[in-house]
Amino acid sequence: MTVWFEKQRHLIDFTLASLIRRKGRNLGLLFVYTLLVFVLASVMLYTHALRHEAAVILEGSPEVLLQRLVAGRHDLIPPGYIERIGTVRGVQQIRGRLWGYYYDSVVKANYTFMVPEDGSVAKGTLVVGPALERERGLARDNGISFRAYSGQLFSFTVAAVLPQASELASADLILMNEGDFRAFFAYPAGHYTDVALSVANPKEVRNVANKLANLLPDSRPILREEVQRTYASVFDWREGIMLALLSAAILAFSILAWEKASGLSADEKREIGILKAIGWETGDVIRMKLWEGGLISLTAFLVGFVAAYLHVFRAGSPLFEPVLKGWAVLYPRFDLVPVIDGLQVATLFFFTVFPYMAAVLVPIWRAAVTDPDAVMRA
Amino acid sequence: MIELRDVKKAFNQGQHNEYWALSGISLTIEARRVTALRGPSGSGKTTLLTLIGCLARPTSGRVSLHGRDISGLPERFLTEIRRKTFGFVFQQFNLIKGLSAMENVMLPAYPTGRPHRELKQRAEALLDRLRLAHRRDARVEWLSGGEQQRVAIARALINDPEVLIADEPTANLDTALAKEFMAILESFGEEGRTVILTSHDPLVVESAAVNRVVDMRDGLIVEP
Repeated sequence: MTVWFEKQRHLIDFTLASLIRRKGRNLGLLFVYTLLVFVLASVMLYTHALRHEAAVILEGSPEVLLQRLVAGRHDLIPPGYIERIGTVRGVQQIRGRLWGYYYDSVVKANYTFMVPEDGSVAKGTLVVGPALERERGLARDNGISFRAYSGQLFSFTVAAVLPQASELASADLILMNEGDFRAFFAYPAGHYTDVALSVANPKEVRNVANKLANLLPDSRPILREEVQRTYASVFDWREGIMLALLSAAILAFSILAWEKASGLSADEKREIGILKAIGWETGDVIRMKLWEGGLISLTAFLVGFVAAYLHVFRAGSPLFEPVLKGWAVLYPRFDLVPVIDGLQVATLFFFTVFPYMAAVLVPIWRAAVTDPDAVMRA
Repeated sequence: MIELRDVKKAFNQGQHNEYWALSGISLTIEARRVTALRGPSGSGKTTLLTLIGCLARPTSGRVSLHGRDISGLPERFLTEIRRKTFGFVFQQFNLIKGLSAMENVMLPAYPTGRPHRELKQRAEALLDRLRLAHRRDARVEWLSGGEQQRVAIARALINDPEVLIADEPTANLDTALAKEFMAILESFGEEGRTVILTSHDPLVVESAAVNRVVDMRDGLIVEP
């Protein structure tokens, strides 16, 4: 065992010396390779963290949402519907929700106005999302006016700004009092935007949804799992678009890395011949080159991955943000919670390190099996 | 010690450029003696050295080392014999550029897995013996021709081989350095090492350090 370790130590010593001898070539290769891992890992970490964030937010959303449709379009829930829903067995809590969109011509962006479930916002006040704080320069106790669709001007006082942590969902959100909401949007009394309900037995959600559809044929129940699936496919789509955009660059990088890794210079071939002539076995030469490939690819993988981690979770991924994070016109600005999926890391490792090792191994194997007497005849 | 029986070696066999470098060599090389293979260019000296030194296998015939036929052994076994039994000094020295003299000397011992400290001590002792201790950390491409050859000799001796093989050792040296090499050769003879070399340099083949000269021409041994 000691002999084996000593032998590996000698091989690593020689490998390091070889890497240093070809500094320019190896640093170039390391740079390209690291860049490749960085780009792939950034996309992977970003979309995974975003998906995770959305899933966490949706965990807190209602199990079933009921929307009324007129001519296939979303319409208001009229009075009496909530009472009828209450007759369906299995429904635990029912809550009529009030929300709507408002276009602010000052910043050319859409806001989401909403009445909070707990009715915590006092009349004449607003709680605004972090993007509004930024874009409109709002702070607590500031006044702000909005002209309603009716043409009437409404003035409010900012009671609070929503925490940054919830920015993915609340960047453009404005919370207001129910009375203010109905007055601002001229919402008829007793009407709601939609109905949120929870179901006593989670396994019965689909059954309850079917009962609701039968009871109120003009309405559409939306299950939380369906929303989650939609969000997931949106992120998958965005990730796909991103990778498609990058595919040409990734391919170019890959070809360059492959070419650099697999091309053996005349000097290297000569060296392999010398090593064989002075008593190195084919296996020793291959092991030495595997150490070399391993050192380069592992360094590139680690550096690229750590750089991607910092890019995504510390710097806010400035390179991909516009493509991957478009929710609202007002872009959310937030730090994603670092989430790493072991399987994804393993996949990335497999698709970056293994092809490189293969690229190193094949030409070396060919060179290493040449006759050692070639050195004498040279 | 080394016995060759009707050894033939062809290159590119079966092709239009087939070439027979050795056409039937039978030779016995005695242990602890300095043997020189002499002949003009193309006479087959170097090819014969590669067969003796287990760098290549003969096309036909047998090569025996200490009575054991080694001509048909797989490459792995040949490599092991080569590493343990033979040390090589090549005509072009074949040192690895970018590495220090010390690192070059230690290279043949890396696959043996001997402890690093032991290897280093042995390499230092060899460089010291060949008056290169002060150049141990210098890159080999910065050394003079004579120094490079002495590094190559130290490298050939790192695994303490029974046999030292040198191909045209003085071809790239001036007279003074060639004499210096012969002095080193003489010391090997005195310590009982077997040395086989090729040369057509009279300074080498007519030296007192050489015990036996084998003449070759057209892939055959020429009897005196």
